[in-house]
Amino acid sequence: MNKETICAIATAPGAGAIAVIRLSGAQAFPIADQLFRPAGKDKSLITQESHTALFGRIVEKETIVDEVVATLFRNPHSFTGEDVVEFSCHGSTYIQQKIIRLLLEAGCRMAEPGEFTRRAFANGKMDLAQAEAVADLIASTSAANHRLAMQQMRGGVSKELGRLRADLLHFVSLIELELDFSEEEVEFADRKALLERSVNLEKSLRKLTDSFRLGNAIKNGIPVAIVGETNAGKSTLLNRLLNEEKAIVSNIHGTTRDVIEDTTHIGGFTFRFIDTAGIRETQDQIEQLGIERTYQKIEQASIVLWLIDATCVNEHIEWMANRIVPRTQDKTLMVLFNKMDKISKDEQKVLDQLFLPYSKHRLHISAKQNQNLDVLRALLLERAGLPDLHRQDVVITNLRHYEALSAALEAIQRVHQGLLDQQSGEFLSQDLRECIHYLGQITGTITTDEVLGNIFQHFCIGK
Amino acid sequence: MNFSYDVIVIGAGHAGCEAAAASAHMGAKTLLITMDMNKFAQMSCNPAIGGIAKGQIVREIDALGGYTGIVTDRTAIQFRMLNRSKGPAMWSPRSQSDRMRFSEEWRNMLEQTDRVDFWQDTVRQLTVEAGKVTGVLTNMNVHFKANSVILTAGTFLNGLMHVGKTQMAGGRISEPASYGLTEQLRELGFTTDRMKTGTPVRIDGRSVHFEEMEEQQGENDFHKFSFLDYKPRPLTQRNCWICYTNETVHEILRNGLPDSPLYNGQIQSIGPRYCPSIETKIITFAEKTAHQLFLEPEGENTVEYYLNGFSSSLPLEIQLAALKTIPCFRDVRIFRPGYAIEYDFFDPTQLMHTLETKRIQNLFFAGQVNGTTGYEEAAGQGMIAGINAAIKCQGGEAFTLKRDEAYIGVLIDDLVTKGVDEPYRMFTSRAEHRILLRQDDADMRLTEKAYAMGLATQERYDLMKSKRERINHLIDFCTNYSIKAKYINPALEQLGTAPLKQGVRLIDLLARPQLTFENLKPHIQALAVELDSIQDRKEEIMEAAEIKIKYQGYIEREKGIAEKISRLDNIRIAGKFDYNSIQSLSIEARQKLTRINPETIGQASRIPGISPNDINTLLILMGR
Repeated sequence: MNKETICAIATAPGAGAIAVIRLSGAQAFPIADQLFRPAGKDKSLITQESHTALFGRIVEKETIVDEVVATLFRNPHSFTGEDVVEFSCHGSTYIQQKIIRLLLEAGCRMAEPGEFTRRAFANGKMDLAQAEAVADLIASTSAANHRLAMQQMRGGVSKELGRLRADLLHFVSLIELELDFSEEEVEFADRKALLERSVNLEKSLRKLTDSFRLGNAIKNGIPVAIVGETNAGKSTLLNRLLNEEKAIVSNIHGTTRDVIEDTTHIGGFTFRFIDTAGIRETQDQIEQLGIERTYQKIEQASIVLWLIDATCVNEHIEWMANRIVPRTQDKTLMVLFNKMDKISKDEQKVLDQLFLPYSKHRLHISAKQNQNLDVLRALLLERAGLPDLHRQDVVITNLRHYEALSAALEAIQRVHQGLLDQQSGEFLSQDLRECIHYLGQITGTITTDEVLGNIFQHFCIGK
Repeated sequence: MNFSYDVIVIGAGHAGCEAAAASAHMGAKTLLITMDMNKFAQMSCNPAIGGIAKGQIVREIDALGGYTGIVTDRTAIQFRMLNRSKGPAMWSPRSQSDRMRFSEEWRNMLEQTDRVDFWQDTVRQLTVEAGKVTGVLTNMNVHFKANSVILTAGTFLNGLMHVGKTQMAGGRISEPASYGLTEQLRELGFTTDRMKTGTPVRIDGRSVHFEEMEEQQGENDFHKFSFLDYKPRPLTQRNCWICYTNETVHEILRNGLPDSPLYNGQIQSIGPRYCPSIETKIITFAEKTAHQLFLEPEGENTVEYYLNGFSSSLPLEIQLAALKTIPCFRDVRIFRPGYAIEYDFFDPTQLMHTLETKRIQNLFFAGQVNGTTGYEEAAGQGMIAGINAAIKCQGGEAFTLKRDEAYIGVLIDDLVTKGVDEPYRMFTSRAEHRILLRQDDADMRLTEKAYAMGLATQERYDLMKSKRERINHLIDFCTNYSIKAKYINPALEQLGTAPLKQGVRLIDLLARPQLTFENLKPHIQALAVELDSIQDRKEEIMEAAEIKIKYQGYIEREKGIAEKISRLDNIRIAGKFDYNSIQSLSIEARQKLTRINPETIGQASRIPGISPNDINTLLILMGR
């Protein structure tokens, strides 16, 4: 157990009804005992059993600071694997700060960000994938995000990776068997069977790497760029969608010279809206820079909202289309006609027809009057193209995992090609070892002793 | 008569003999002590040298100037290159040898080696002063002094043999065990444990119905073990024979299990999983109705045969009854039954990469006492211990081999880093860079190093150099020689490969799997002239050049990977950390790092139970 006892406010910052302050480390009980007076005279925090709660008071030199509930977890049966005390106190910022200060005076150290999790990891309470998921859980802001982090923490990814590792182990064993034990009287896997195994491994790896797109979308939000001519009302729309005054809204052309981003939740998923500088021909160098930035943002977005001022559609539209449409070939482009309240139904129809060649997703809205924005939200959710997230689905959200899995996938694809090319086993093994190396970064590597053990267990070796 | 030496080697098995030869070649005055001077490098088990991964080790020993390869070539009665259907890194030479001639040849070679003396006796005690070994005391109460001592006692330390319920003390059949050394070393603080191995029945060939067996012939091309000695094999070549067990055999063996020392609790020690007794095979793989057996001759002329695959410690009458139900053995007579043997070994993590013990200075362990099996593994360790024991006398930098340089390097690094939990045998899969550890180029990898130390002779060095020059010459020729499409296309079609659209260099053509020097030679006049200009070792040079051309991509890639990994092996950490005080390491990591005290980050990363996170922690602490 770590000698240094750490403490921190475990609940979200700010005032709430209740806050939780957590202590962890070898001195957690003695330190907590210094400030805590149990309500029952015969009770003591030091002798209290694990996983029980004790009501009492936090005192500073016999002055009562707050009435609290102390919950005890004795090592190793705690989140960190160390002795842990959690004080549930009243949620005022003043009380929280006061208790923390008393704890620091009593010998605690302020926990660094993520230190509780790091200790849990160091004490073998969770593997790396789980530890990283906890960090995600803390940062999770949407329902889907939360579900994902929970499922990772409970070992969903670890389990799937474990299965993958077992498959790989068996595959490697079959290859090594024909290399090291070719003189033995055992049945060697034929190329067809090996090919089948490599294809299956490839499939599993691809499923995981593909899930990163979803995982990434869930974690970081689905990127949606709002583009259009200056003064089409992009900033107003953004503020509507975010329900706050983020962008500077004015009727001066080119007010938004920089890119403004923020996230909001629609149907449980996070969307990251990106307001961009208006696109127009300009000599202003700074504005030109902003427009270049807009093109970059279009590249990064999954969905592009092209906002058009329905009251002043002119021949300039074609110039715009030539700049926007080619940049949105592999994404969803939605044409939004703003200020629908200012034009007639017939005019709406004409506009709709006019833009038919550019996009099949066209919608009349009024950002200012809040018209049709619910329809827009529903459309966004639909076009996000996210598969339904089931509880059992394993989704990769961690970039480190994604990179390792992608490298492993590339290696296994080379094995696949090698099998088709009739390569001898030791060359296949070169790529297989690379695959093991990358997968090993997240699952723990496969040692040669493990491979040999697997061979001896399944094949009768030894003349 | 002198009683003071630079180096004393205890035991004249495969490890001891190579250790004595290496130490003497390095210039050290060397004494080899053995219980029986008629049993030098005795093949206690299978009368064969080499095999997959083991054959590569023998080529390495030879490239370093050792004797095992030469002795094997001179006494071979059957030679085969195993794994020919795989790529060249997997090709592994294997040879049956005449067991008695093998031992005799070894003795001849050692007798002709300067600075090697012999003493026939049993060592009962080491003399140790202030944590440093100073000599040995023998059963005849002779005290030899030495600067370094190498212990290569094989299976002799407290050796105990089992045939059914019969137990016999001894280090090998009809040979006494050795007592006292284990006890002394344990008192000095060494960790020791027991291992078990076994050997099969020896059969009288005059009682075997060979006509009912499958014949297995050897090969007779240019391949062999030594890079020296370019002569045809002197002994008459013999065949091996194959037959199979059947369910009746298994039934009889099964009925004998209550009397099997392996299954009635008489033997507790761990045996090798890859070399199971026949009784273990029928239990572990009960669904198999027949097991293959090889009947291998023990010599050029003898009628004694070794029954490979029938290792057993069942009672004699069970072994015999079971054998008789195999048709070709219905009239069998045997010379002795199979038996199991238990013996002491020392946890090899108590050694450094030089095979010197961490606990007692100038004391080296090599061979089966380190928990390995196999003549080749023992001989490889013997070389390294012999070299370093001599260096300890003369001063100079310790000599070790890296994992990407030699199987011997893999072997020793595995032993001292991971320890053993069963008798350790080499497999190619243990080497992460096996594409670089081929049998064809062991001389290119190692001879220069050995020559620099005075270990390899001038002759050996010159042979290596001229071979390398000739290979490079041939490759240069192929690089510079271009062929026109219309000129070669008829030949290509004839050889079953796609015709060319435009001219190419010969080297690019040779990269095609269907094409070789041999089959292109009749079609390219200049190539024929170039090949015919090779005077000596023509086939060896052609093969080596062809491997370098065909597998260049793989070899280069493997070199790149090895280089990346070896960066960790160049970061020295021995003595830099008090692991127990590093909180961010797991408790298991702290204990293991403290115990093994790895020399480099690379070695630390190979200790079982040390995670990549532990390694990152160490790297961070080193400021990397």
